[in-house]
This record gives sequence, C-alpha cells and structure tokens, in this order.
Amino acid sequence: MQVPAPFDYARAANVDEAIGLLERLGPEARLIAGGHSLLPMMKLRLATPEHLIDINPLQDALAYIREEGGEVRIGALTRHRDLLASDLLASRFPIIRDAEQLIADPPVRNRGTIGGALCQADPSEDLSAVCAALGAVAVIRGRGDERVVDMTEFHQGPYETAVGEAEMLVEVRIPVREHHGSAYQKVKRRTGDWATAAAGVALWFEGSDVAAAGIALSAVNPTSVRSTRAEEALIGRPPSDEAFAEAARLAAEDCRPVSDQRGPAEYKRHLARELTHRALRRATERALGA
Amino acid sequence: MHITLTVNGEQRSAEAEPRTLLVHFLRDQLGLTGTHWGCDTSNCGACVVLVDGEPVKSCTMLAAMAVGHEVRTVEGLERDGELDPVQQGFIEAHGLQCGFCTPGMMLTARALLDADPNPTDDAIRTAISGQICRCTGYKNIIAAVRWAAHAEAGAAGAGGSDPEAVSA
Repeated sequence: MQVPAPFDYARAANVDEAIGLLERLGPEARLIAGGHSLLPMMKLRLATPEHLIDINPLQDALAYIREEGGEVRIGALTRHRDLLASDLLASRFPIIRDAEQLIADPPVRNRGTIGGALCQADPSEDLSAVCAALGAVAVIRGRGDERVVDMTEFHQGPYETAVGEAEMLVEVRIPVREHHGSAYQKVKRRTGDWATAAAGVALWFEGSDVAAAGIALSAVNPTSVRSTRAEEALIGRPPSDEAFAEAARLAAEDCRPVSDQRGPAEYKRHLARELTHRALRRATERALGA
Repeated sequence: MHITLTVNGEQRSAEAEPRTLLVHFLRDQLGLTGTHWGCDTSNCGACVVLVDGEPVKSCTMLAAMAVGHEVRTVEGLERDGELDPVQQGFIEAHGLQCGFCTPGMMLTARALLDADPNPTDDAIRTAISGQICRCTGYKNIIAAVRWAAHAEAGAAGAGGSDPEAVSA
C-alpha cells in the first residue's frame, strides 16, 4: 500500500493566505492543487513535504479562462477538463485541445490543473511544451508583488521552475495574434501514459510567409525548451513541405532524448522529427485553411 | 484530524491522519468497501467515486480535500431499494465478470448519463478510458451503459426506446 509520509495539512482561503502560509512554514511546505502530480510523488516518497497547503478553496479566484487586453488569461487552478472543453481556447489556440485530449484520462483531467502541471515541470508534461510554443508567460505572485516570467525561463530543469520560496504561480497569459495556427502531435503507449515524444507547434503568418514560429518538444529534453534553430529555419519563408522537413530535422537534431522503458533514444529522435513535421503541416492548414 | 464528508447525501465523520487518501477513508473509516482499491497509482480506476458529480480517482485525493464536497460511491447508486438504471444495465447486458472494476465503471457511467443522456459509443469509450477492466469485458460495459441510456429515455417518455433491443 502506497501512502504519503506524514504531513500537516492546511487550507488557504485566498491567495494572500496561501503565500503567508508558505512564508511562515518555510521550504518544507508545498501547495497542493489537483494533486495528480504531487500525491503520486509523495506516495513513492520522492516528495516528502512536511506541510501541505490545499489551494482548492481558491477555485473561484484562480479558475478562469478569459480574453482581455490582447491575450488569453488562464487561472492557475483551471482544471484540464475545463481547458479541454473551452471553445475560446480551441478557436484561439487549437494546440491546447489537441494536447488536452491526450493528457492522462477523464477522471485525472477532472482534478489536474494547468498550474500544477507547469509547476511539476516533468520533462514529459504536455502543457509545458504547449505554453512554450505559444510564447506564453507565467505570472508568479509573492508577498506584495507579482512578476511575469517568459515560459522559456519558467522551466529551469527537470522538476525545477522559476517559482521561488513563498511564491505561487497564479496565471498563464498567452498573446493573441491573428493569422495563427497551432497543433500538438504526441505518441504514447496507451491511454494515461506520458508521452514517448510529442511536438508542439505554433505559427503566425504575414501574407503567405511565416512571421513567427514556436516549436517545443516534450519528453525528449531535460525540460521543455524551444527548438530555436528549427524556428529560425521557417521565419520569413513561405510554408512548404521542404521547409517543414528541414525544421523537423533541426528540431530532432537539437533534442536530447534518453533511452528508457518508453523506447530507445534514436526512436524518440525519429518521433521528434516526424511529429514536428506533422504538427507544422497541421498548424499551417489551420492558419491558412488549406 | 477530524474529517466530515458528505457521502451519498449523509454527513459522515471520522478521525484520520491528514495523509489518509479518500479511498482508504471511505473503506476503512466509513466501512464503505464498495469503492475498490486497485493499482494505487491513479491508473486503473477501480477507486473511482463521484466528487460533486464528477468521476475522480479516490486513491489520488486526500480525504481532507473532499471536505465540503459531495462524494457519491457505489453504495449511493441504489435509491429506496430501486437499482439505478446503470446498475440494472450491468445486470441486463452482462457488464461484469469478476466485478472488480464495476463500481468505478458504474459511477463513471452515471456521471456520463447525467451530462449526456444519449451518448454515442465513442463518448462512452472516452468516458471509461481511464478505467481498466482486466476481464476485458469492455464491449458489454458499453452495452450496459447504452441499456441504461435507453431505459432512462423510455422512463422519461423521450423516445419510447426498447432496452431489450440493445445489442453489443
């Protein structure tokens, strides 16, 4: 039987109280939201926090999806289920529904949150790659101040984020720009499993040329990073299968997969290339209606 | 800590450590052993219960986190001696063999039909995709859910469907 090590439990009634508790209880305190990353880690004793601060009572304050000021803002406590169901997200950023359909399974999606997923910073987690590809930023709140961190700096390594002590992720902001298409492609062994490899792509067009590109892979790097060389290979050029093949080749060349129970590194590199290529095609179809 | 939950419409209280998982609280503290304890890793779905009407894997939720929410277990499906149509469907369509996954499957079916009274087979498959039937009787589980959907549509007079006509 897997049971977490003992801890003290507290509930936060609002964001300030959660931050105050983090501050008072120190580095051995952790926030718990959906719990579908943290509790499994605690059951395996890979995480042994002495204090858990339950932020589920903040549902009303931190679970939302709304468009304002040229960006879509997603509250950190928004559950996977609601990200999947959101027509606003599906129309603005189809990559999100692509990814959400393949994250875990329905009961897990009923609990897991975007904030928890991003803060877990698992190298195989999907929304990290999605947010990186979309050029999202993370809003991190501490005592009395708030800072905004680019997704490329949010993830600092496996299971490491820019969220400091006595701070919490409260919101994700994604810029809205017209002439956009995006897509997520993932291979996993079975429902509920993590990705063997996955590719997130976001493209923005000016006329018939690619004006900006975001390409981020999941499960083939120590943390989800953008494939800068692959992105640069597309910018300023019209979309073509040759250009996509070249970008996919660069993305695969630059990733660093490791062999594990999900497959050998070379297989994952092959997937990275193929999935990037497919996601580029799909994103372009969506943007240009081809 | 003292934990009070609303389970199947009743207030239930017990002492438990903060680390007590909902599945163990239901089974060991409250004696509601209809909720099954399976893989312990949020994979198999044997422990699915409804929290505020939504299927949740109770091995991956602290009992303390369910305070203030409505928990429904398989014991709460039957009402006043009447089986829920989902339970009847599992009988009619032979929706179980060993029965280990059945409580979780039936609760997910209940939540699905509450949200979508006439689901497609694909919607049923998606709904149960986080739950494993080790007897691999999925086909009959889908038929059981369809039986329940037809029965409820018939009871509501919304189509005069014939549950007996359902086939896998």
